[in-house]
Amino acid sequence: MSIFSTKKSWIHLTLWVLIIALIIAAPTLLPVFRLNLLGRYLSLAIVALGVDLIWGFTGMLSLGQGIFFALGGYCAAMFLQLNSSGEFPNGIPEFFGLYGVEKLPFFWEPFKSSIFTLISIWLLPAIIAGLLGYLVFRNRIKGVYFSILTQAALLVFFNFFNGQQKLINGTNGLKTDVTQLFGQMVGSEIMQRWFFWISAVLVILAWFFAKWIVRDRFGNILIGIRDDEARVRFTGYNPVIFKTIIFSIAGGLAGISGALYTVQSGIVSPQFMTVPFSIEMVVWVAVGGRGTLLGAILGAVFINYAKSLVSEALPASWMFIQGGLFILVVTALPEGVLGWIRKGGLKKLLFLIGINKKLETYPSLEINEQGEVKS
Amino acid sequence: MSSPLLELKKISVSFEGFLALRDLDLVLNKGDLRAVIGPNGAGKTTFLDVITGKVLPTKGDVIFKEKSLLGQKEFRIARKGIGRKFQSPRIFENLSVQENLALSVSRPKTPFSLLIDNLKVKHLDQIQHLMSIVNLQSKANIRAGALSHGQKQWLEIAMLVGQDPDLLLVDEPVAGLTDEETDLTADLLKSLAGDHTVLVIDHDMEFIRRLDCPVSVLHQGHVLKEGSMSEIQKDPLVIEVYLGQSEEEE
Repeated sequence: MSIFSTKKSWIHLTLWVLIIALIIAAPTLLPVFRLNLLGRYLSLAIVALGVDLIWGFTGMLSLGQGIFFALGGYCAAMFLQLNSSGEFPNGIPEFFGLYGVEKLPFFWEPFKSSIFTLISIWLLPAIIAGLLGYLVFRNRIKGVYFSILTQAALLVFFNFFNGQQKLINGTNGLKTDVTQLFGQMVGSEIMQRWFFWISAVLVILAWFFAKWIVRDRFGNILIGIRDDEARVRFTGYNPVIFKTIIFSIAGGLAGISGALYTVQSGIVSPQFMTVPFSIEMVVWVAVGGRGTLLGAILGAVFINYAKSLVSEALPASWMFIQGGLFILVVTALPEGVLGWIRKGGLKKLLFLIGINKKLETYPSLEINEQGEVKS
Repeated sequence: MSSPLLELKKISVSFEGFLALRDLDLVLNKGDLRAVIGPNGAGKTTFLDVITGKVLPTKGDVIFKEKSLLGQKEFRIARKGIGRKFQSPRIFENLSVQENLALSVSRPKTPFSLLIDNLKVKHLDQIQHLMSIVNLQSKANIRAGALSHGQKQWLEIAMLVGQDPDLLLVDEPVAGLTDEETDLTADLLKSLAGDHTVLVIDHDMEFIRRLDCPVSVLHQGHVLKEGSMSEIQKDPLVIEVYLGQSEEEE
């Protein structure tokens, strides 16, 4: 896991050249509407990276990442609402008037500061994930119980946010597209272009960060926890601390993701905390390839792009296609598309259809051997 | 002689009324090699669970280096210098041999150190040395899951030694090994004793004989008899509960 063979790095290089070229070319090639969609999907790739860290590497299937995603979104939206509510009565966001609220709730106050907001977008979800994680992991709750617990927590947050009209506009959510930032409308073309760039850069930074985390022994301990937690304990490591840290990191990534998604989709609402959305995040990673990081990014971007294209052409059929894709991947490519390619699946396929006749030397033989043993 | 390294005092473990261990006493001195045998269900594995903190005894005390281990978390007991090998080999199958050993020799075992520090030269040397002890140098970068059963057993023993423990608890190290591998394992464990204290649990008589060390016979959660292999074999009580039984089966 720690050192890449030349073949792997070659694949990586090609993929990355392709991705960077696409990101540079996108604003000129794509109409603003498409560019905005791509920017959103890039921001979703960040939450997918977090899911890959906790699920792909550490083996903890969280179905509640929507909590942290939404928290990041709310932090960003609260700042933007405050930043542009000068002309409203009492100088507070307009929606408060609907419920007869005249004084800003206390927890909104710090979000007048841009620096506080930029920090809280990732730190607040990270702290909440850390606390929640610590309590769960300390009591050795894992496997299915962990998944159910995270989903239950998601529902608790969803219902709570839904019901708080007077605090955060409840089920209607907080709009951001008509708010102001740097004297520009957040929903305007120029701002959206900027958000696209920021998303693209942050995805790459998040990818390097995640890669740095798993590059060596820390990542190996995560894999160790996934494969045999008792062994980790008897080797003298405390799995609770490692799990808490990685769950907290995934929470922070989800927060950044949620903030970027919010400013590009124009609204944050409790809909971010619905059960299907958090499960979709897991599907992106499963299809892209668990434990590959890059697979999580590609899975998030391509599945969502496919979703918007399919939904335009054949409305209402997307859910079937997504479900089918998930079943296909789980049964035929259990390691996801990228995992399959890395195991030499592409070469095997080319060989099968007769394009790639020439068997290569040592590395390819080794893969074939493994393939035979596996099947 | 100074105080013993490990002392179990009147340990009893009861699982919902069933007494898995009953007033078990055991003393191990520094550098000892000790074998523990006993029929199935005699409480051999439970007794390791008590030492390593997996099971809390209902009664009694475990003293290691003059301090009680009771109520301590498993990873803390491991850091104090007790390494445990499980019955079936438990290694990190998706990591390479070298990565497995790196996790075992790393100090300190904190998240921050693992994330920031590079492995020290001292530890890299230690990994090479461990691989040479168990003859796995040529497999350094191979996924541990692809090793043979015997090699997995040895890798796990090497990981134990890498933790630099004072006490090694080895549970059935030769289950499923060939005769030749069994002999090599016996020699390996004998060479480890002295620097370390080694406690071996098994019921392979040939293997225990080859270890040539004091033997404790466990029966129904209690130490029935302690002594050398030849003494044990002559003891009528032991023959009745254990050896006699197995001879009849043969």
